[in-house]
Amino acid sequence: MAGVTRTPTGLTQGSTAPAGIGASTLRPDGTLKVTGEFAYASDMWHEDMLWGHTLRSTVAHAEIVTLDTSEALATPGVYAVLTYDDLPTEVKHYGLEVQDTPVLADGRVRHHGEPVALVAADHPETARRAAAKIKVEYAELPVVTDEASATAEGAPLVHDRRTDHHAAHVPHPNIVHRQPIVRGDADAAAGRADVVVTGDYVFGMQDQAFLGPESGLAVPAEDGGVDLYVATQWLHADLRQIAPVLGLPEEKVRMTLSGVGGAFGGREDLSMQIHGCLLALRTGKPVKIVYNRFESFFGHVHRHPARLHYEHGATKDGRLTHVRCRIVLDGGAYASSSPAVVGNAASLAVGPYVVDDVAIEALALYSNNPPCGAMRGFGAVQACFAYEAQMDKVAAELGMDPVEFRRINAMEQGTVMPTGQPVDSPAPVAELLRRVKAMPLPPEQQWVTTEGADIRALPGGLSNTTHGEDVVRGVGYAVGIKNVGFSEGFDDYSTARVRLEAVGGEPVVTVHTAMAEVGQGGVTVHAQIARTELGVQQVTIHPADTQVGSAGSTSASRQTYMTGGAVKNTCEAVREKVLQRGRERFGAYHPAWATAELLLEGGKVVTDGGEVLADLADVLGEEAVDLELEFRHRPTEPFDLRTGQGRGHVQYSFAAHRAVVEVDTALGLVKVVELACAQDVGKALNPLSVVGQIQGGTTQGLGVAVMEEILVDPATAKVRNPSFTDYLIPTILDTPTIPVDVLELADEAAPYGLRGIGEAPTLSSTPAVLAAIRDATGLELNRTPVRPEHLTGN
Amino acid sequence: MDFLRPATWDEALAAKAEHPSAVPLAGGTDVMVEINFDHRRPAYLLDLGRIRDLEEWETGERTVRLGASVPYTRIMENLRAELPGLALAAHTVASPQIRNRGGVGGNLGTASPAGDAHPALLASGAEVEAESVRGRRMIPIDDFYRGVKRNALEPDELIRAVHIPKATGPQQFSKVGTRNAMVIAVCAFGLALHPDTRTVRTGIGSAAPTPVRATAAEEFLTAALDEAGLWESGGPLPPSLAREFGQLAAGACNPIDDVRGSAAYRRHAVGVMARRTLGWTWESYRGQERSAQCA
Amino acid sequence: MRVNITVNGRPQQADDVWEGESLLYVLRERLGLPGSKNACEQGECGSCTVRLDGVPVCSCLVAAGQAEGREVVTVEGLADFAEERAGRGCAAGAPGACGTDPDTARRWQARPAPGSDAQLAPVQQAFIDAGAVQCGFCTPGLLVAADELLERTAEPSDADIREALSGNLCRCTGYEKILDAVRLAAARAAAPTAEQGA
Repeated sequence: MAGVTRTPTGLTQGSTAPAGIGASTLRPDGTLKVTGEFAYASDMWHEDMLWGHTLRSTVAHAEIVTLDTSEALATPGVYAVLTYDDLPTEVKHYGLEVQDTPVLADGRVRHHGEPVALVAADHPETARRAAAKIKVEYAELPVVTDEASATAEGAPLVHDRRTDHHAAHVPHPNIVHRQPIVRGDADAAAGRADVVVTGDYVFGMQDQAFLGPESGLAVPAEDGGVDLYVATQWLHADLRQIAPVLGLPEEKVRMTLSGVGGAFGGREDLSMQIHGCLLALRTGKPVKIVYNRFESFFGHVHRHPARLHYEHGATKDGRLTHVRCRIVLDGGAYASSSPAVVGNAASLAVGPYVVDDVAIEALALYSNNPPCGAMRGFGAVQACFAYEAQMDKVAAELGMDPVEFRRINAMEQGTVMPTGQPVDSPAPVAELLRRVKAMPLPPEQQWVTTEGADIRALPGGLSNTTHGEDVVRGVGYAVGIKNVGFSEGFDDYSTARVRLEAVGGEPVVTVHTAMAEVGQGGVTVHAQIARTELGVQQVTIHPADTQVGSAGSTSASRQTYMTGGAVKNTCEAVREKVLQRGRERFGAYHPAWATAELLLEGGKVVTDGGEVLADLADVLGEEAVDLELEFRHRPTEPFDLRTGQGRGHVQYSFAAHRAVVEVDTALGLVKVVELACAQDVGKALNPLSVVGQIQGGTTQGLGVAVMEEILVDPATAKVRNPSFTDYLIPTILDTPTIPVDVLELADEAAPYGLRGIGEAPTLSSTPAVLAAIRDATGLELNRTPVRPEHLTGN
Repeated sequence: MDFLRPATWDEALAAKAEHPSAVPLAGGTDVMVEINFDHRRPAYLLDLGRIRDLEEWETGERTVRLGASVPYTRIMENLRAELPGLALAAHTVASPQIRNRGGVGGNLGTASPAGDAHPALLASGAEVEAESVRGRRMIPIDDFYRGVKRNALEPDELIRAVHIPKATGPQQFSKVGTRNAMVIAVCAFGLALHPDTRTVRTGIGSAAPTPVRATAAEEFLTAALDEAGLWESGGPLPPSLAREFGQLAAGACNPIDDVRGSAAYRRHAVGVMARRTLGWTWESYRGQERSAQCA
Repeated sequence: MRVNITVNGRPQQADDVWEGESLLYVLRERLGLPGSKNACEQGECGSCTVRLDGVPVCSCLVAAGQAEGREVVTVEGLADFAEERAGRGCAAGAPGACGTDPDTARRWQARPAPGSDAQLAPVQQAFIDAGAVQCGFCTPGLLVAADELLERTAEPSDADIREALSGNLCRCTGYEKILDAVRLAAARAAAPTAEQGA
């Protein structure tokens, strides 16, 4: 790939030289991160600070009969104890789309682990001991935990008196949102099918499991406001939800992004933000809140578990006739981003295939399970798991090669989506499949060594379960489609402020955005974009805060497109202004100022013919050029609530995987041997980062294929495994080599032709692994994650 | 909470006698998790870290006296020949960082059925050296586990060492987890061949309220090997024999369904592991026999 | 209680330590060394890995009192530790005040990497160069573990690297670039001059 340096050792390295787009420039925060100096939210410290602690419900659904904080408050070292009754304004609820989440339990708890009370004390242990002294008496209510119980006659309503904008069109108050999509005539098309294949699929509840737990520091200010340092995905959306609860104007809630230890969707909703501010404002002291891992499992939303029913029809020559499907997502106790997840699941339910006749229904439940919302892939992941399983089933029924069957039905540029929206940029689905299939397969039996079996290369790994007995290899393929950016008519924009000035005779750029750098490398590409657009070496990225306009969320694979686009856009305006200034100051001395196409390169103004007209520093003089501009992607529209028709999406992103697994069929243990990926990225602004995103997304897909699942007791709706001991994510011994083949087909509508890349690899990785396990075992496997007992039949 | 820091073993015994509720702290890999997560607030923590001889071992003629705090990493690296079963089990414990801190004493003190050392200790026929100010006693491993996370220690007793017979034949350990590293056992199986006594011993982890031996399987195999004269002949193991052994091992389980796995799966997996570890140990025994005959 | 620990070559004292506090908490909240990370506090992620008397351990599972009188090396001291090991001199770590104050955080600015003034251990440099750092929360623990692996095993196989780092979770990278980084550090150590031509 362009921009990646091959070293004599054959290892990939980035480039240390500051460079523009297309180069594998290294992270600007890399040195701080390897020396331990990078300030994550949990590293914040303030003289005289207190520690906040959250008391959470021990039951899933109950009325709070008594809530007595007197003994806690009397504990030495405790500065404040707050409950719902202490909330300072009439705004006591918040939410991303629907304001249904109480800041603290409003007399009723709706899920296990819901915040009930807050304590601020001089030491975390003091706060914990005080919280233990808060007397809470619950009168338990029956729980609803699935579609049947949530929509049964007389089912308890998770939210009575709904007034949100989905309430009017849902068939039951325990349904957050429902989106049908009808296109063509699926019934008639089914009549043309030579084979019809149905399947019911279950997708388990996945956790983002970012490593940096929810944390922040709230510092009360002299003006009655508060400064909040926090790890989040979207500063301005936080601000919009925090300020009204505090009763403060937004300008008095000043937010600064502190170091973010991963996010993956789990920081889109608020966690400690309001709680920390409330305690700080009440005590007049800085308050730090750090969740531990146990609390973190209750502190953020998870990926929606789903039940999916699919029917696919195809003709003998391998063409899909129709798809009917129904996707039921469990949104848990609060709406979070469930409505948008429903829109995604519905509109992407068929996958990257040409199907003219479809009947789709997707909905999200309210239940007493943990709230679910954003996670990498956002509704498209669950659908992809099911439709790819179906594609294999249909291919098998037709006696066709599964990759060939996909190729025949693969969408292309111009294909019309079930929503009626044509795909108007490259959609190289068949090519991506061809590429992963063409990669060489890993050698067989890699565990064989001269000294016997290397157990580290076998299923079971270090646990020494097999030396090769009963180990069978399987290969599986999958491909997926993910939308990029916020859809369905959302006014999605980002803001960038760019300042170009001469410092000591050298041009210097400062880029200021509110983009949440969560690890993805936005700060790296922003500097690259500024270098490319302004021809300046020295670029400083200002810390993200709310002193600049919104950057939107670091989610939906959108930040390089949107905030990258905003930086590009503002840089272009800055460049125009600088050139205008140059024309005014120096135009008289050289005709090219008026006649030639002018560029900024290497700190100089040059003509497109390469003639140097002036030093940029001289053009700038004493006066900086400083602009803050918003950037929008092209508008989208909502999906029709009855037919699902509408140009709802901005851009699509495609990835394909080939998984090679080895399964110990007697013990049901799986070793993923290789997980090859091909992805179209439009344009790789930073190839090293692109590969890193693809490998990371791929691994999260692997996790939910074979191990990751939050288990909720259906009888009590209580979470059974809120820890890293029992919620397992892949270790380096579970993660195979991940060869990546990057395709760059430009999307003309996007900045530099780029495509958002972060999510697509998370989609196809899971079904590819499942397909490979099916190939190895011959089992049907309709749920993910696959546990050993599913493979052994116990 | 008080933090007791005895400098010597006698001081530790005195402290434990004075504060029987004191929780001994060695590697910290169990206790600190409970403290960090607010699951436990003992009145006293009894730090054994300054008592260096707990981290030492002595290899005698017939047994290894393994200090309670010898980290698993050292067992893996230094005692593979004498205690192959325990060394294999040590290698499956958690992560390298945990293996650098945790030791057998902690596994025994916690007495979780999922402790990785237990099957190996059962299979080798170890004895636990427990001591209090009242005196020292040896507790056979078969009598040590008394219930879920309960053991035979008196409140004033501490574990000083474990006496483990040196292997006289091949030993194996196998553990099922749903991850390829850093995983708590869904279930585990340890097997030791004792050619000197013409016996076999086993240990099962995480498939009953306590670690248990598969006694019926042991008796069956001991008798079958004897009947067929296989110890002497070093002949191949009839597949039916291995199958039967596996089934009997599975039958020794009394597991539960939990977040880590189903009871049925545990029973099944123990059977598979029993069969496989028997195959591995027997092939190894045959190899040793052959090379012994050649020499 | 009072705890005395030598951290990164420098004697440190912490007062009023609660008996249940971990070494991790004392490093992060009392000694101004937040580099070791608090990702799980149950020994299941390795992000708090430090050397305790030379041995890599999860500092979240070491009671502060257990570290009394012992030597600790954290990621903050890794460069000096590596330099000392390489026999090129000896320097003590220099921890500053507690944690990161908001003013410092507000002043943080991303600049072109890597600063030539920063003296890094070879494994730290390799992590940057190979793209092994994304969010970076797992990085400190991985660096301490990887550095210790390379100290023991100059030319580890891929399986050796995987085994040595199997106690360190990373959620961002999919581990490929972490493997690359360790391979790179090993290759550079084996051929310190060959790299210059890249």
